[in-house]
Amino acid sequence: MEDNKAIVCKDLTKQFGDFYAVNKISFEVLKGEIFGFLGANGAGKTTAMRILCGLSFPSSGTATVAGFDVYKQQEKIKKNIGYMSQKFSLYENLTVLENIEFYGGVYGVPRKEIKSRSAELVQTLGLESEAKKLVGELPLGWKQKLAFSVAIFHKPQIVFLDEPTGGVDPVTRRQFWDMIYEAAATGLTIFVTTHYMDEAEYCNRISVMVDGKVEALDSPANLKKEFNADSMDEVFYQLARGAKRSGD
Amino acid sequence: MNAVTLQNISKSYQDVKAVRDVSFEVKKGELFGLIGADGAGKTSIFRILTTVLLADEGVATVAGFDVVKDYKAIRDRIGYMPGKFSLYQDLTIRENLEFFATIFGTTIDDNYELIKDIYDQIKPFSDRRAGKLSGGMKQKLALCCALIHKPEVLLLDEPTTGVDVVSRKEFWAMLKSLKEKGITILVSTPYMDEANLCERIALIQNGRIMGVDTPENIIRAFPAKLYAAKSDNIYKLLNDFRAAQAVDSCYAFGEFLHVTTKGNREAGSSELRDLAIERGHTHVVIQEITPGIEDSFIRLMNEKSEASAHQ
Repeated sequence: MEDNKAIVCKDLTKQFGDFYAVNKISFEVLKGEIFGFLGANGAGKTTAMRILCGLSFPSSGTATVAGFDVYKQQEKIKKNIGYMSQKFSLYENLTVLENIEFYGGVYGVPRKEIKSRSAELVQTLGLESEAKKLVGELPLGWKQKLAFSVAIFHKPQIVFLDEPTGGVDPVTRRQFWDMIYEAAATGLTIFVTTHYMDEAEYCNRISVMVDGKVEALDSPANLKKEFNADSMDEVFYQLARGAKRSGD
Repeated sequence: MNAVTLQNISKSYQDVKAVRDVSFEVKKGELFGLIGADGAGKTSIFRILTTVLLADEGVATVAGFDVVKDYKAIRDRIGYMPGKFSLYQDLTIRENLEFFATIFGTTIDDNYELIKDIYDQIKPFSDRRAGKLSGGMKQKLALCCALIHKPEVLLLDEPTTGVDVVSRKEFWAMLKSLKEKGITILVSTPYMDEANLCERIALIQNGRIMGVDTPENIIRAFPAKLYAAKSDNIYKLLNDFRAAQAVDSCYAFGEFLHVTTKGNREAGSSELRDLAIERGHTHVVIQEITPGIEDSFIRLMNEKSEASAHQ
């Protein structure tokens, strides 16, 4: 793999019967980049992400994630990435500390380190007085910040964020992006999906998927220029309104 | 007459105060938006208005009927689309619609005009089970089922959450045409940009209403000059402005930062520019802009949290 690439996809395809969920997509994500992965419902984002996370095999094409092959090295990929989604992230009936320790253990953080680093994380997040509370009792915004911290606790090279800010208030949404920026500044690669088009602007580059294909890929500024649009919302609308598929 | 009224409604779940002293009215024929994040109390309000949850305190009416005493009358007169998809997954599109029509003592044909525009879009799939539908199609079917008995008031709890931009735009176009047919609509959403599509809105956070007005008036009430700013290093600019004495608030808004200055000074724009250049920023752009609903929402959130900190 080339040294500065975190993800390299070439003609990646996933076929279910005669349905092409992902149809020959090619793109590269640079190390330390914040890469926005956009698309309409049903465009194939989730299927593509599942392949990149080592959870599903492609039908054809090639891809490497953190230098590892998506066909042969799924387990290595899983160890080197973090994942967080709005839908599933933390165990509500474990405490804050238990969640951190559990995920640290699952991802093979050395036992000796888990204790001290968990305490450190709780302190950084300002959750000292909540450390022994059940996660289910925390406000949504805190849960999401904690979920992000847990997803990168094992120091992965890449973190996949699947609609991480859905439903949170506008202030918390921005605090969450502060955390993303901070993490990216340390060299972590961020791969993020979102339905908020203002958040697309916070990405270094974005791709837009329509009906299984990547129809656009560039920086937000260049995309706006290319589509002669004032906002990413408009760019997205121009691309996605022609979509034939709709799904979840 | 008002189609919906809430007077001093409160609801707690054990220690959690979900709805705190909420009052507002929705006028007959109005398209009214309840704007707030998850956990703000929107769903509790919907459940109280649809008579499936009792408030601890306060009085509420829907279509002129009391939510406690006249709950049966209300149930005949409202259409409700809950936030969670609640149709029968193993019935087809057609069967779901027939089921809801029958429950309300009507037929699909009786009120077909009302749902025609929406139903036509899913009709080709009318033999498909609801559980096998895409998100956008489920949403359309749920709206049809909520409309099939020609309700006076439509209550829609986050109909567009998790739905992409294109489907959201389509959905709001449908609401607009329903409003033109005389149906009152109370709709909740966490997307601030959808607020502008409502005639009046209530902004809600932590169970409290922060403001009720037309979107234009809420924006007009923004108390300071607002500037959009950017430079070649936007994240550093954000941190530099936040650390600056003269800056009151600074938040990322897409490509730009939105900034207000302390004391709302006249020369805010040039001051901000000087500040950015002093910190080594290049390609600095600063311009005064009109705030949006999200700016107002953030402003009100901060004011409320400061106010409660001083209590």
